Amino acid sequence: MAEATRVSFGRALARLGEDPRVVVLDADLASSTNTKPFADRFPDRFFQVGIAEGNMVGMAAGLALAGKVPVASSFACFLAGRFEQIRVSVAYNRANVKLVGTHSGVGIGEDGYSQMGLEDIALMRTLPNFVVVQPADAAETEAAVEVLLRHDGPAYLRLTRQKVADVTPPGQRFELGRAVVLRDGRHLTVAATGGVVGHALAAATELARSGIEAAVLNVHTLKPIDAATLEDFGGRTGGILTVEDHGVAGGLGGAVCEALGESGIPVRIHAVHGFGESGTGEALYAKHGLDPAGIASAARRFLDDRSGAGAARRAAAGASHTR
Amino acid sequence: MAGLTETGVVERLKPIAQRLREDVIRMITAAGSGHPGGSLSAAEIVTTLVFHTLRRRAGDPTWAARDRFVMSKGHCVPALYAALSQAGELPEAELQTLRQLGSRLQGHPDRIALPWVEAATGSLGQGLSIALGMALASRLDGNPYRVFCLLGDGEVQAGQVWEAAMTAGKYRVPGLIAILDYNKVQLDGLVKEIMDLEPLVEKWKSFNWRVDVLEDGNDLAQVVGSLDRAVAASASGRGPTVIIAHTVKGKGVSFMEGRAAWHGKAPTAEEAERALAEIARG
Repeated sequence: MAEATRVSFGRALARLGEDPRVVVLDADLASSTNTKPFADRFPDRFFQVGIAEGNMVGMAAGLALAGKVPVASSFACFLAGRFEQIRVSVAYNRANVKLVGTHSGVGIGEDGYSQMGLEDIALMRTLPNFVVVQPADAAETEAAVEVLLRHDGPAYLRLTRQKVADVTPPGQRFELGRAVVLRDGRHLTVAATGGVVGHALAAATELARSGIEAAVLNVHTLKPIDAATLEDFGGRTGGILTVEDHGVAGGLGGAVCEALGESGIPVRIHAVHGFGESGTGEALYAKHGLDPAGIASAARRFLDDRSGAGAARRAAAGASHTR
Repeated sequence: MAGLTETGVVERLKPIAQRLREDVIRMITAAGSGHPGGSLSAAEIVTTLVFHTLRRRAGDPTWAARDRFVMSKGHCVPALYAALSQAGELPEAELQTLRQLGSRLQGHPDRIALPWVEAATGSLGQGLSIALGMALASRLDGNPYRVFCLLGDGEVQAGQVWEAAMTAGKYRVPGLIAILDYNKVQLDGLVKEIMDLEPLVEKWKSFNWRVDVLEDGNDLAQVVGSLDRAVAASASGRGPTVIIAHTVKGKGVSFMEGRAAWHGKAPTAEEAERALAEIARG
């Protein structure tokens, strides 16, 4: 069942909202972020603050300091834009606030760059006590919401606008900070997060047809990052290709590089370069190489370069047109 | 009767406010940096809150039903530290550790470091939203406590303050009481020249707030009266309230009064001596 993770979140929140400590805030996007099912069910614990996200973040901090478990939701980009409030009112106060950013990445498509969360992981990861989670599908989202509501401390949950394929194996337990091994392999490790995990799996299937066996990890927790699993798989397969619908700086790729910087394991970051733009989500994924074909060819290039074939190819190409 | 009671309260608070001013000067001088101007302008407000208005239990900063005090103008936290010291909640000697490495008395409030600090503030414009969240939580829990929030005048230039004001007006939260320390001076100069706030009363009224104006927010009788009225209004379901307190920046130290230069500068030892002598004279 393909479903947008924001929809899975809305269903989980309306269910788990029976806990009277849970309060929800939204900034005129409740119908988009899917906090509306909660609002309909528990109107007394829902606060519609209008298009004023900075105040929403501050109110959430106050509610948390008074013992509530606030969930404040907006588009990922609008939450990231209120970083100063998140930094002081939430993080520094150790306020037990759950920030939920939907509409992440270029995958949202037609609305274009101003609505695309492309820097949010990078920002939230810098806060010392934040937990940052990006589930890959419906089942994982529901489990993540439950775990984050129980977790005592600030957290950021990153969700998709668009439908994503189911990738979580039946019976898989969601453990904060623990990557999920979706596929084992010998030649390289593809570490993916969020809505493109399904694309990474499809890319691995495609690669297998040409004899390349890629391991696929679903790194649902960006912070704390699962360095042990990454190092284990990176070491065994000789390298890690990170895949994410987020800007190339500071996302999963950055987190993996920070964790494995001294390991000697080569890491290549496959993410969004530059600003996003309007187009269908599919077209944008094709343009940025985040569809299965694009991920498979990024994996091939990475393997080529590691084997030395790529260097030889580039040297040959460089002879005809240097830049 | 009420008048007599008030006189008694004012007589009790007067030496506390005076001592608070002395401690502010001593702390900031020892630290070598800090914000004397706004700490001194808020001396009567902080004194009245801590020693008259706030429902609190001595030695119990996490008592669930305590009134909350969010000092949104976080740079003036020496005034709060000084009040807590006189209340017996902070060893007097510790005041001299202000701003030192390892001290609980951070340059701007840190709730993890020090009990009684309800929220980290100092990135101006954020405290009213936090206070509003607390007041809404209080209402959800059956109104066990009120939430007080001290705002700076320069601070209310921040858009977030008005986002919070609009939201508090919408949700009609009587348990929220803001006090605006209108001392007319901010870091770069005069508030009215940097970004005039006027007409300030009309602004808050238009956001559905109950507004009380104090002609002299450094007059204890006026501060006590206004906070008493705000609490009574809150109890009868009226509010949120904002008390616009006209104060004097650097109040009590003639060479600091009304001077932007003393917004964020520590006195020298000699200046501190002169300041303390003036405060002692009252």
